[in-house]
Amino acid sequence: MTGFPRARTSVVGAATFGIGECPGHTALEMTAQAGYLALDDAGIGLDEVDGLFVALPDDYLGGLAVAEYLGIQPKITDNNRTGGSSFLCHAIHAALALDAGLIDVALITYGSNQRTASGGLVSALKSSAYEAPHRAMMPVGGYALAASRHMHDFGTTREDLAQVALAARAWANLNPEAFRTGPLGLDDVLGSRMVSSPLTARDCCLVTDGAAAVVMTRADRARDSRAPIPLLGGAQTVTHKEIASMPDLTVTGAAITGPQAMAQAGITPDEVDCVQLYDAFTINTILFLEDLGFCPKGEGGRFVSSGAIAPQGTLPVNTNGGGLSCCHPGMYGLFTMVEAVRQLRGEAGARQLDSPEIAVSHGNGGVLSSQATLIFGSPATV
Amino acid sequence: MNDTGTEARYLACLADGRFMLQRDPVSGLTIFPPRLRRPGGGGELGDWTEVSGRGTVHAVTIQRKRDAAARAIVLVDLEEGGRMLSEVVGTDPETVTIGMTVQAHIVTEADVPHVLFEPAGDRT
Repeated sequence: MTGFPRARTSVVGAATFGIGECPGHTALEMTAQAGYLALDDAGIGLDEVDGLFVALPDDYLGGLAVAEYLGIQPKITDNNRTGGSSFLCHAIHAALALDAGLIDVALITYGSNQRTASGGLVSALKSSAYEAPHRAMMPVGGYALAASRHMHDFGTTREDLAQVALAARAWANLNPEAFRTGPLGLDDVLGSRMVSSPLTARDCCLVTDGAAAVVMTRADRARDSRAPIPLLGGAQTVTHKEIASMPDLTVTGAAITGPQAMAQAGITPDEVDCVQLYDAFTINTILFLEDLGFCPKGEGGRFVSSGAIAPQGTLPVNTNGGGLSCCHPGMYGLFTMVEAVRQLRGEAGARQLDSPEIAVSHGNGGVLSSQATLIFGSPATV
Repeated sequence: MNDTGTEARYLACLADGRFMLQRDPVSGLTIFPPRLRRPGGGGELGDWTEVSGRGTVHAVTIQRKRDAAARAIVLVDLEEGGRMLSEVVGTDPETVTIGMTVQAHIVTEADVPHVLFEPAGDRT
């Protein structure tokens, strides 16, 4: 009894909008537009949406705003905010609500105009009275502290971190939607401005605009849709909010959610064909690949430096270019889901993998605080 | 002072020049940040106790905002228990390393008291 309705729901629509720069649009308009496009992709009318799942960058009551904008009256409005992992949590909740028959069509949608509106990262992260007086740059400082400990404990190097950025750029160069493309070398990353040691500007995700959405239905209805992608498993956890309270700086909650989601899906890491994960900083990719079970704890740096995650590698990671080179509108999680769906549908263009069957989508929120893992499969895996 | 929340009490103690934390009766360690009940278990916490301020750097990152001096932002493991985010001052930030022993002192900026650390040097 894994508690998850394996393959009883599917993603039937997926879309992105305004990746990079989207001048003249509000975050709410971008969120709505991604939703419309995902519904078009699904061939489902707006009036059929009865489950709405939303986390806007600038509106704590965004669920209400999006329902009003769309002009719908949902039976379930989930405004859960666990940072960038919110949308993966939404998918888990949507799967449960669909499977229980509470709703028939779930729309998960998000948009942010942070680049053109403010030029900086829009973060909901607020420091506590204990952290605030130190005026540390967050969230980058939290990830940098974790990276410093990983280097100390396991001999991970700055070059290993940089390899994550290089792999992301190599994938981005195959993705016409990616915001940051072109050559990127090891020295470019290492010689970039040091933001919060050991992380340079090139170890940090982009600041872009962007919107994404997915539509989910129960499997019986999904069979009539163009290209349904079944959801095989989903698990989430929260281990802390601020970095000082992270139980172990080198072990994230992905060590809990990865094995749980894979058990629900009935798979093991060696059956996974690609991983789409939230690479807010280069250390994320190393930590999550270890914690999700793709290499032993402490070996993540050497794993990424082997070329495994880059094009032609043994474990393609972030085939869209990730938050490091494709887009990072502030809460990137939903883009990991869209890319997993596109790969499994065979719609990924020049970066398309050879008939992938299992894709992992992994989201992160806060400062390694919230983790959520989804397992998607091709229809053949059901 | 018992009629305030734990955050206010912690800050009031710092303002009074005392670095006080609560002891977890199960582990025997002090906890950070302060809470109304034991984290996780939910049971009662012990009395507030003044801690030594001795600690060890668990992780460090050097940050430099544009046109500002470099700072060593750290996580410090306190000798009596608890891990806190702070800054090591009184030394070149680049010399702050994981494992370094440090000593707390209380500073007040804009009426807000907080805890900074310096290298412990000979005092360890």
